[in-house]
Parts: sequence; C-alpha cells; structure tokens
Amino acid sequence: MESYPLFYTFHFYLFGIIAVASAILFVTRKSPVSAAMWLVSTMFSLAAMYVMLDAPFIGVIQVLVYAGAIMVVFLFVIMLLNLGQPSEIADVRSRGWRIAAGLVGLVLLAEVFALTRTHSVSAVTLPRGAAAEAVTNMGAVGMVAGPLFTTYLLPFEVTSVLLLAAIVGAVMIGKQRRAADAR
Amino acid sequence: MLAEAIFFSAVLFAIGVIGVLTRRNAIIIFMCVELMLNAVNLSFVAFARTYGVAGQVFVFFVMTVAAAEAAVGLAIIIAMFRHKQTVNLQNINLLKG
Repeated sequence: MESYPLFYTFHFYLFGIIAVASAILFVTRKSPVSAAMWLVSTMFSLAAMYVMLDAPFIGVIQVLVYAGAIMVVFLFVIMLLNLGQPSEIADVRSRGWRIAAGLVGLVLLAEVFALTRTHSVSAVTLPRGAAAEAVTNMGAVGMVAGPLFTTYLLPFEVTSVLLLAAIVGAVMIGKQRRAADAR
Repeated sequence: MLAEAIFFSAVLFAIGVIGVLTRRNAIIIFMCVELMLNAVNLSFVAFARTYGVAGQVFVFFVMTVAAAEAAVGLAIIIAMFRHKQTVNLQNINLLKG
C-alpha cells in the first residue's frame, strides 16, 4: 500500500466529505435554488480533489465550466420559470419509490466496493509520481492538450459538431412560437 | 489515493441515482444527472493518475457533452413549462396508459 503525507490524506478526505455532505444536502433540499447552491459546493470540492490528484487543468475547467457556466444556466432557468411556490416544492415520491431508490443505491455501492477489491494490473500502471512529473515537465495545460490534439483529434473535432447541434437545438426548442402566442 | 477517490465517486454516484429516483421536480432530476457525471469524472481523474493522461482527456469530453446536454435539456424543460405550467413530472403524463 502506498503511503502519502498526513497533510495530503487529511485534505483529500476533508474535500471528499464536504463533497458528499453537500451532495446529500443537495438531494434533500426542497427549494431548487438552495439545491443548486449545494451542488455548486459539491463541484468546488471536486475541483479541489482534481487538483490533489495531479489534474490542475481539469480542476480549473471544473470551476469555470461546471460551477460557473452550467450551474448559472440552471439558476437562470429556475428563476426564469419562477419555481419555488408551495405547489412546486413538495416533489418527493412515495415511500415505495424511496425504498426502491435506497436499494438501487446500496447495490451500486456494493458493486463498486467489490471492484475496489480487485488488484490493478501492474504492467500497465504508471510509476508513482508520474502524473506530477508530467505536470512539472509539460505544464498543466500541455499535459492534457498534447494527447487532445494528437491522439484524440478526431473526437475533439466531432465534439465541436456536437456543440453546434446543441446550440441550434436549444435555440429551436426554446424559441417562442408566434402563432401560438397570437391565439 | 485511487481507492479513496473511487469510494467518494461511488458514494456521489449513488446519491445522484437516489435523487433521480426520489424527486419529481424535472430540474432537480436534471441536476442529479449532472452530479452523476461529476462522480464519474472523479474516478476518471483518479484512474488517469495510475493509467495515463487519457482519462483527463475523457473528462474534457464528458464536460463538453454535459454542457450540450444542459443547454438542450433546459430548453426542453422551458418548452415543457410553457405547455403545462409546471415542471413536476407527476403532471406530465401524456404517454401514461
């Protein structure tokens, strides 16, 4: 078992516990706005964990894209639709659904615990500290950008088509229909 | 740290699944899906440390797809709200027999 400094382990667990606690508060909040704020808290702790796992660029992107852009869009929609009236707030399903959900959650957890019991194939694992070394040698951005623009160039280009399709789709679906308004 | 990261990732994913199954507010269900994507991203980053940087590239793609999904999904929710004046999935049952 590899060992890490106590300082590192403590902070990794700290951010992990903050993430899990915020996620629990997020699914139990009644108001969509406070739920969204707790989800932002989860995403910030996840960004901290990414930085601790030698992925500083992904951490920055997590804060910019997820906690920044995507959650702001969610909050815009919540406020645009003026959700939060009493009729909209009581939305938890009946007891049968809750028990079923708890069981599904337990099965998923048990599955992943079984997976962590397996041993990694040492032939394909990198030596410890290889990722940190890559950050030092190539820079936080270069480490991701290198493979992104060489090995994964085609998926990268396809992604731009996907984004274009999403923009067009969102504008078309969200557009007000004049004929329907005139009625 | 790989085992710890996978542990936190699994817990977050399970919380997301429980949220999707127990809530009726379409926007909260949508945010639970985002939480599940984030949980998977965490294990991608943890594995990238052991198995090479491709995991981080994949996180990049997951984030792009999540952004596209959020844009289209929220547009659908707005269109649905305009039609039904609610985002509670109990009241949206056109396909129910």
